[in-house]
Amino acid sequence: MQPPRFSRALVVGASSGIGAELVRQLVQKGAHVAAVARRKSELDALAHSLAGAQGKVIVRAHDVTDVGDVPLAFEELVRALGGLDLFIYAAGVMTPVGPEEYDTEKDLMMLDVNLGGCVAWGNAAARLFHTQRSGTLVGIGSIAGDRGRKGAPVYGASKAGQDHYLESLRNRLAERNVRVLTIKPGTVETPMTEHLEKLVMPVNAERAAREILGAARGRLWNVRYVPLRWLAVSRVIRAIPSFLFRRTNV
Amino acid sequence: MYETADREARPSRAALVGDSELMDAGSDPPRGTEREPRLHRAFEYVEGWGMAVGARSRVLRPRSVEEVLLCYEAARRDGVTLGLRGAGCSYGDASVNRAGHVLDVSRLDRVLSFDRESGIADCEAGVTIADLWRHTLPRGHWPMVVSGTMFPTLGGAAGMNIHGKNNFKVGTIGDAILEIDVVLPTGELVTLDRQRRPDLFHAVIGGFGMLGTITRVKLKTKRVYSGEVDVKGVSSAHLGAMMEYIDNHTAEADYLVGWIDCFAQGAKRGRGLVHHARYLAEGEDSRAEKTMQLGYQSLPSSILGFPKSEVWRILRLFNHDLGMSLVNWTKHQAGKLEQRKGFHRQSHAGFNFLLDFVPNWKFAYGRGGLRGLIQYQVFVPKETAHAALSEVLRRSAQRGHTAFLGVLKRHRPDPFLLTHAVDGWSLALDFKVTPENRSSLWDTTDELTQIVLAAGGRFYFAKDAVIGPATARAMFPVGARERFLALKAEVDPEHLLQTDLWRRVFADPSERFTAGC
Repeated sequence: MQPPRFSRALVVGASSGIGAELVRQLVQKGAHVAAVARRKSELDALAHSLAGAQGKVIVRAHDVTDVGDVPLAFEELVRALGGLDLFIYAAGVMTPVGPEEYDTEKDLMMLDVNLGGCVAWGNAAARLFHTQRSGTLVGIGSIAGDRGRKGAPVYGASKAGQDHYLESLRNRLAERNVRVLTIKPGTVETPMTEHLEKLVMPVNAERAAREILGAARGRLWNVRYVPLRWLAVSRVIRAIPSFLFRRTNV
Repeated sequence: MYETADREARPSRAALVGDSELMDAGSDPPRGTEREPRLHRAFEYVEGWGMAVGARSRVLRPRSVEEVLLCYEAARRDGVTLGLRGAGCSYGDASVNRAGHVLDVSRLDRVLSFDRESGIADCEAGVTIADLWRHTLPRGHWPMVVSGTMFPTLGGAAGMNIHGKNNFKVGTIGDAILEIDVVLPTGELVTLDRQRRPDLFHAVIGGFGMLGTITRVKLKTKRVYSGEVDVKGVSSAHLGAMMEYIDNHTAEADYLVGWIDCFAQGAKRGRGLVHHARYLAEGEDSRAEKTMQLGYQSLPSSILGFPKSEVWRILRLFNHDLGMSLVNWTKHQAGKLEQRKGFHRQSHAGFNFLLDFVPNWKFAYGRGGLRGLIQYQVFVPKETAHAALSEVLRRSAQRGHTAFLGVLKRHRPDPFLLTHAVDGWSLALDFKVTPENRSSLWDTTDELTQIVLAAGGRFYFAKDAVIGPATARAMFPVGARERFLALKAEVDPEHLLQTDLWRRVFADPSERFTAGC
C-alpha cells in the first residue's frame, strides 16, 4: 500500500508552536491546509508568510472550548478544501500550577482545551473518515500523559485522556481504513514551554513537525515519541515504582 | 429498553457541578455547553450501501417531530434541498443528496407500543427491523415482511416499500402497515391509512421519501409458535426448473427464494438452489420457549473458528471472475448435498438475514475510490419472465459483467402507487463496480434495461443506481408517475425533498432546486 499523500489537511491549534510549523511544512509541500486557532491575527500572519508557497492556506478563528461551533467550522473548512485527507489536533495549553495549588477553574479549562476540544474536533473528523473509509487523524499528546506527575496533575490527565481516546479511535477506525496516530512530543521549544526554566533534551518546532509528518505518512507507528529518544525515556519513567517516583521532581 | 439517556436533554456541566454562578454568568453558556440541546448534525460522506455512489453532506438527525420541522427550516434557510435517509441500506443513490442536506431518521428509535394479542406494533420511524423482531419474537410474533438484512429502519422500509422472500405470499411491507405519521414539507403532521387520505398513504409508501418524512409506522406482525422455520434446499439444474419448482410450491411454502450461479451458461443457465421454508404450527416445536428467546437467534460470531468480522478479508481474495466462478460452482455442488438433508430447522434470524451472516462482506469489493457493487434487480411479469431473465443472464455474461450473486424471487402485485412488484418474478444481480469497469457496466445495464422494458418489467428504487427518466416513464402503470408528480406538487411545491435518485429518475428542468447548488 502506498504511503498516504496529504493534499487536503486541517490543523487545529495552528497559530503557533508545532501547529504553525505543521501548517507551514504541509503548505510548502503543496497541500491545501485549513488552519484553525483562537487568535486570528496570528493565523493571518502565518497565511501571509506562506503567500508564495505551493499550496494554500485557509484560516478560521475558533475557540476550541466552543464545542457548539465545531460541526459548522469543520463543515465549512472541509467544503472549502474539497475534502479531507489529514486532520491534526495540535491545540493545547499548559498553565503553570503551583505545588499547593488546586484551582478547579484553571484545571477544567485545561481539560476543555486539551481533551474536550480534541474530542469535539476528533469526533467530527472521525465521523467523516469513518464514512469515507479513508483518512489520517493525528493527535498531539504529550509524554506528560504517561505518568501522573506532581507538577501537572490535570495537564497530564488531559493528555492521558487524549491518549486513551485516540487509541479507541484507532481500534474503531482500523476496519474503515483510517489511520490514527498519537504523537507524544518530549520537550519542544514553543510558546507553550517558554515559561519553563529548563528544557530537557529540547528540539525545535520545525524538527518536531517534520518528524510528525513523517510518522503520519508512514505506517509503522501508532504512538510516536518526538524525538524518538523519548521512547526510551518514557519506558524508564514508566518503570519507576510509585514510592520512588513520588520522591523525584520529574 | 428503547429509552436511552441520550434522548434526554443533557444538563450542562455547570448544572452537574452545581455551580449556579456559572449558569447565570453572562449571556453565553459556560465553557461551550448549551442550554438548549442543539439539533444533532455531522458532516459526513453519505453513500449507498453498495459504496459505488455517494457524496459529502450535512446530516441532520432529529429526535422528534419538532426537530424534523427544524430540519426543514434549516434546509430552507440554507437554500438547499433535503434528502431523507434511514439506515442507508438502499444499494444506490436513494438516500444520497449531493445538492443539499440529509435528514437521517435513525434517532427516532422508540418502539411506542406492542400488543401481543393483536401483534400490532407502533414504532417511531427509526426503529430498525432488528429492533422490531427483537421486541416481538420473545412475545410470540415475527414481522410479516423482513429484508435480507435486519438493519433497515421501518421509515426507510416503508419509503421503499421493501419485500422479503415471502412477497408472493404476503406482499410488501406496505401491505402489513396499518398507519403512518408523515411530516409533510408544508410543515403539516398527518396520519395516513387506508381511510384517511388513501391516495397519499399509497403514494408515501414506496414514494422513496419524496412526499414527506415518515415519523411513525404502525404495522401488524405474525403470530409464530417457534423461533425456527422448517427449511429445505432444492437444487435446480437450470432457470426453468427453478421457476417451475417455485411456482408449484407457492401454496404450501411461506418463503421461497432461489440462489443462482450466474457463471453457468448454456443448458445450465440459471442453475442454483431454492430455499423453501414454512412456519411451524402450534405444538410442532417442543422447545418453542427456548427457540423464541433472543439468545437462540443470535448469528454465530465465528465460521470454523475464524472470527466472522475478518471473513471479508478472505472473500476479497476471491473477488474476481475466476474466484467467484469457483465460489459459485462450489456453492452449487454444496446445494446438491443440502438437498439430501430434506427439511431441517433454522432460526428466523439465521434464515432471513443471510446478508448479515458475514459482517461487512461488501468490503470484499473494495473499501475506497468508488469501488463497490450495484445490485441490478429487475421485475418481470410472469408471462415474459423466463425468456427475459434468461436473456439478462446471457447478455450480462456476454458483455463481461457476470453477476457475482444472483437471486430469484416470486412476487405479487400490490396497491401502492409506485410499486415495483408485478405478478411475476425478480432477478437481483450483484455487479462489481471499479473505476475501470464503471462505464462499461453502465452501458451493459442500459442494454439489459431495454430487455426488461420490452418484457413489461420494472425496477426497484431500493436497489437501483442506473436507470434514467425515460425508463421511469416507461415502467410504471399508465398515469401512476403523473399522479405521483401531482401529489409531489401538492405537498412539496418547492421540491424541498430531493435525492440524487429523484434528480436522476424524475429530473424536471422546471424545478426550483437544481443539482449542484
